[in-house]
Amino acid sequence: MAEPILEVRDLVKHYPLTQGILFKKQVGAVKAVDGISFTLHKGETLGIVGESGCGKSTLAKVLMNLERATAGQVLYKGEDISRLSGAALKAVRRNIQMVFQDPYTSLNPRMTVGDIIGEPFEIHPEVAPKGDRRKAVQDLLDVVGLNPEYINRYPHQFSGGQRQRIGIARGLALKPEVIICDEPVSALDVSVQAQVINLLEKLQQDFELSYMFIAHDLSIVRHISDRVGVMYLGKMVEIGTDLEIYDHATHPYTQALLSAVPVPDPSDREKRERIILSGDIPSPANPPSGCRFRTRCWKAQERCSTELPLLAVPELLAGGAKHESACHFAAERETAAAA
Amino acid sequence: MTTAADQARTAREEPFTGPLLDVKDLHVEFKTREGVAKAVNGVNYTVSAGETLAVLGESGSGKSVTAQAIMGILDMPPASIPQGEILFRGRDMLKMSKDERRRIRGQKIAMIFQDALSSLNPVLPVGYQLGEMYRKHRGDNRKDAKAKAVELMDRVRIPAAKERVNDYPHQFSGGMRQRIMIAMALALEPDLIIADEPTTALDVTVQAQVMDLLAELQAEYHMGLILITHDLGVVADVADKIAVMYAGRIVETAPVHELYARPAHPYTRGLLDSIPRLDQKGQELFAIKGLPPNLLRIPPGCAFNPRCPRAQDVCRQKVPPLEQVTADDGTPLPGRRSACFFWKETLRDG
Repeated sequence: MAEPILEVRDLVKHYPLTQGILFKKQVGAVKAVDGISFTLHKGETLGIVGESGCGKSTLAKVLMNLERATAGQVLYKGEDISRLSGAALKAVRRNIQMVFQDPYTSLNPRMTVGDIIGEPFEIHPEVAPKGDRRKAVQDLLDVVGLNPEYINRYPHQFSGGQRQRIGIARGLALKPEVIICDEPVSALDVSVQAQVINLLEKLQQDFELSYMFIAHDLSIVRHISDRVGVMYLGKMVEIGTDLEIYDHATHPYTQALLSAVPVPDPSDREKRERIILSGDIPSPANPPSGCRFRTRCWKAQERCSTELPLLAVPELLAGGAKHESACHFAAERETAAAA
Repeated sequence: MTTAADQARTAREEPFTGPLLDVKDLHVEFKTREGVAKAVNGVNYTVSAGETLAVLGESGSGKSVTAQAIMGILDMPPASIPQGEILFRGRDMLKMSKDERRRIRGQKIAMIFQDALSSLNPVLPVGYQLGEMYRKHRGDNRKDAKAKAVELMDRVRIPAAKERVNDYPHQFSGGMRQRIMIAMALALEPDLIIADEPTTALDVTVQAQVMDLLAELQAEYHMGLILITHDLGVVADVADKIAVMYAGRIVETAPVHELYARPAHPYTRGLLDSIPRLDQKGQELFAIKGLPPNLLRIPPGCAFNPRCPRAQDVCRQKVPPLEQVTADDGTPLPGRRSACFFWKETLRDG
């Protein structure tokens, strides 16, 4: 496997809940990200899936240093970047860029496309000297499949898919090594989604990019990812290669999530065995003790409420799963059904 | 006060045996500063009792505008309906008086919206809002209306309905709020429910719960359901028949199994192909080239022609009619229509 480019160790992000106006007293915390570890390797795509409120977007913000981590480390090429500030932070940020979900609100409507894509050069002038910037922006437009002559247009003159291409061009401007994509296609129409996914894959090959691809659409994540991590309520519950997660999931939440996804094939309607979870995702301000999924889990027992399951390769599975799963009773669904 | 009118209406409706809803050649336009946007350009569909029609289309295809026209909740102006009929139990709703339409809306046809948080009034308890249906339409007093609201909340499986009836919308989760919307739509036991992207704002595990509930209640009350969505997965799960819309027109209709197995329109084909499949891992995804058209400037001929791999000269000149699709031996395939000059080729190469 390629060298690790980004290592996340026990990352925690708590948002304090306070009471009182003058003398603010902390009464609790929203545990948005609560102890997450994983590694992103050079040139790979790591998909992160999970439902709203599971902390996947907070994770992205902490990795970008848009939010300060409460605890834990983010190692970029072995150096902890979670405590950096000033010039050192600026230098690191050049290498980690982000593509946002909503192409309608993430582009300034009063700036031309040329200004939007060229703005990173203002902050990092060493990448493109002043005289070359216009040319650099036009090259970027060409790379993402937009007409370079559009450089003086404004965002409202473009469709959603085209705007997302502008967002991608901006992310590419500083020639980063890592791009964090937070739901990059979920605001787009089906017929346009495929175009953007193809573009992202092509750019990855051309520029040797590493992606962290955050999305809730499981079929798209499967298509683009080499490895997939599943999050639930601030914890990583399972992580493995796309095949391990999609075909050999051992965590009950992953299994439920996969079974709930509507399959675009009506002939499967009767055959499919769906796991319908009861209830809603609990509040991250007051998560259940022990395993956080236990309140909705059909396998939950006494032990789950007292003992937090760690993300590890399950020991019980002789010769079975080799990927990490945070469940006391991790087992593949097929084997469980057969037994 | 309403009972006499109710009885009169019931008597009038009983003998009717056609489809519940029959939309005929519906056109909707919006006046904008840049010109007239033709949002719906001749839509035809029917829904019978107990049947689920899925209307599939991307943003701007006119699927929601059609639904709003059926409900009679379009803002007119800027919208106008220059042409078409919307027959509910054989009577054209576009020709009815305002009062008559109001009686149908809510009692006979109800709608579930995409965003439950913005469709509920944030400053009134949900029980009050549910009870409003009974107070306004049935003339019930507050106490009875609230009791019925609790019953409804039970029906849509909101836990501890009795304790939660006085809670406000923000105290419920997204899935719960959508259940309340469903409860509100069901309150007066309508004949037809229009669900406009009912699960788009929800997470997949909650989406599965809500769709299951909706399907179950539909079967129980034997209602017609129009499900408006862009999600090919949700459609495959629940629909009986599908109408695919593009640029304000229906381009294909078919029973659900046949549409997925053998589409008869290049646009449908393209949509199905752009879903990532297992065996395509690592390959480039199929993508429909180009962009959906601007409704102010719909291309002449077939609106899909600039993006279509099969486009010929005829596609740029004439608008293809929605034609009956037939099997190889010429027998018509029931429920299958396609608005493509080359549906035979599309079907064959499928």
